[in-house]
Amino acid sequence: MTPADLHRPIDTLAVGEIALIAAIDRAGLEPDTARRLCELGFDEGVDVEILHRAPFGGDPLAVRVGNMVVALRRDMARLIEVEAA
Amino acid sequence: MNVIAPITRQPVVALVGNPNAGKTSLFNALTGSRQKVGNYPGVTVERKAGRIALPDGRTCELIDLPGTYSLDPRSPDEAVTRDAIFGRMAGEKPLDAIVAVIDATNLRNHLRFVLELKALGLPLVVALNMVDLAARDGIAIDAGRLAHQLGVPVIETVAVRRRGLDALNAALSAIIGAAPPEPPNAAAGDLKALQKQARSLAATVETSTGAARRWSQRIDKVALHPVIGPLLLAAVLFFMFQAVFSWAEAPMGWIEAGIAALQAELAAAMPEGWLLSLLNDGVLAGVGAVVVFLPQILILFLFIITLEQTGYMTRAAFLMDRLMARVGLNGRAFIPLLSSFACAVPGIMATRTIDSPRDRLTTILIAPLMTCSARLPVYAVVIGAFIPARDVGPFGLQGLVLFALYIAGILGALVAATALRRTVTKGAAPPFLMEMPKYQTPALRDVGLGLYGRATAFLTRAGTIILASTIVLWGLASWPQPPANGKLPPIEYSLAGKIGAALEPVFAPIGFNKEIAIALVPGMAAREVAVSALGTVYALNDVTEDNAGSLIERLRGAWPLPTALAFLAWFVFAPQCISTLAITRRETASWRWPIFMFCYLFAAAYVAAGITYHAAVAAGL
Repeated sequence: MTPADLHRPIDTLAVGEIALIAAIDRAGLEPDTARRLCELGFDEGVDVEILHRAPFGGDPLAVRVGNMVVALRRDMARLIEVEAA
Repeated sequence: MNVIAPITRQPVVALVGNPNAGKTSLFNALTGSRQKVGNYPGVTVERKAGRIALPDGRTCELIDLPGTYSLDPRSPDEAVTRDAIFGRMAGEKPLDAIVAVIDATNLRNHLRFVLELKALGLPLVVALNMVDLAARDGIAIDAGRLAHQLGVPVIETVAVRRRGLDALNAALSAIIGAAPPEPPNAAAGDLKALQKQARSLAATVETSTGAARRWSQRIDKVALHPVIGPLLLAAVLFFMFQAVFSWAEAPMGWIEAGIAALQAELAAAMPEGWLLSLLNDGVLAGVGAVVVFLPQILILFLFIITLEQTGYMTRAAFLMDRLMARVGLNGRAFIPLLSSFACAVPGIMATRTIDSPRDRLTTILIAPLMTCSARLPVYAVVIGAFIPARDVGPFGLQGLVLFALYIAGILGALVAATALRRTVTKGAAPPFLMEMPKYQTPALRDVGLGLYGRATAFLTRAGTIILASTIVLWGLASWPQPPANGKLPPIEYSLAGKIGAALEPVFAPIGFNKEIAIALVPGMAAREVAVSALGTVYALNDVTEDNAGSLIERLRGAWPLPTALAFLAWFVFAPQCISTLAITRRETASWRWPIFMFCYLFAAAYVAAGITYHAAVAAGL
């Protein structure tokens, strides 16, 4: 098994499960959005955790990334892959 | 012997930092009430400046630049910050120094921006802010080591408690030179490399990492709970609107009594005539009818400012995102729309934080449907006159009707947004990314200064646009004078009466009488003017009665209930505010959108009032 097989999208994490960012599909994002993700601290190797899922369908997610909490929708969260911490 | 004094130059220092770093609190702590709020020429970004005295005797100008995550702007606010730093912002002198404000509880992200700023080469001081909250979370930072590693002074501050201000001023006086430095010309490139550098720097200087945001996470367990969260939000909003009505009651009574006393003083001191009529029935009645609502407006702003400063506003955006997504918007639109409950003008200005142009335009177009505080005077008068003040369960019926009007506006906005996103603002949904800051206890000073700024803005409007339009209306309603043997009320002979008569056929199908038609014309200046216009029209309509009598009493006798309800429905949608149209013109840079806004709101108001009137008549009210 290659390491990439152990990657899974961040939105599959359970609330409170801590993981590390393994890859970000930047090609699937507008350049501006990819940059803002980076500015908010999303980067390979950083620890992340889902803190909350919004009511009415579990979207958006409140994700802790480092010491920051960022709200993002699931369609974007799927572009961020994580691996076990 | 002549001694030529050296020309004293006032250095310019800018506060720069990420949103939520506590920049504005630090600005308020450093400048106190000595601050000036204005606008940058050409753009509608707010410019906040103040003066600080340095320990070496110099004074310098301190400017609070809009918060930004980097020097690569994504919005007009962020572009102002970049341009000011690069010394090419119109209306701003080149900077002598930068104070980089960073949040001690979020060192690694904020340090990345510091590294970006440091690379510019301008004199720099780092304000390591919120060290108290970091300590609360068990985070310990070696500020000395950080200063050594960065090569710039690092001052620990707690802006809300005024800690570290003297040290910050001392550090500034040491780095500000006699002549301004050359403005930088290019930003450092590789974001990812800086990010990495910032993380390792943060790891070196944090002697204990603690449990960041422990308190915020505990509060969020309740505030963002799938069931309790939305209920809490509804409760907060409901409490806010009940408070607006009940807390304001006593101070409103004092203002009314004060205006009546002034009118009586004038009537006793001056001879009967047109001047007395102008002062009492035009100026005092008109402005008085508006100023009386200042307590309600202040209470509403108090809630909004407090919600903003505690950090709860972004939680509301998080909870509301799903609902906003259904009408094609995102949670970010919630904050401008919520601000529009106070006034659509700051609400529309706040849409600058929405990065998608289509979302922004949609939000601007529906912002006037949020019940602004200027509509409160209108609602308050009509509800006071026609809705009995009895209790339904634990709530007052008047408060419930007000709540229903707010809900009607919100529902109207949701329908309008859905329709707009499928037609005039059609396009792909933009990505939603929002930082959720930690919770904070707001500082009294920050709330007070925010409230003061908004109260002054409201009173300035009352003193200019509203005063001018009430005087014009008084003139229209007073001339020409009725003939000596005239049998009709004097208003019928005046210009206003003639304009009202001309407009009457337009409004008659929706149950509006001539007085309403007259009041709607000056009411174009601002919605609350309609109240003072009604006051002037009715005060002058019946000369036998005491002119200082309450407008509420007069309306009760003059309007049937269906007309009153139709008038309320009209005001849920009415496009009657020149300031809103003007700000829309500025924010969209074309006349197309304000004209579109006016037409669609007018049509919606007309239809809503018509339906309400005929339904009420059919129901036998």
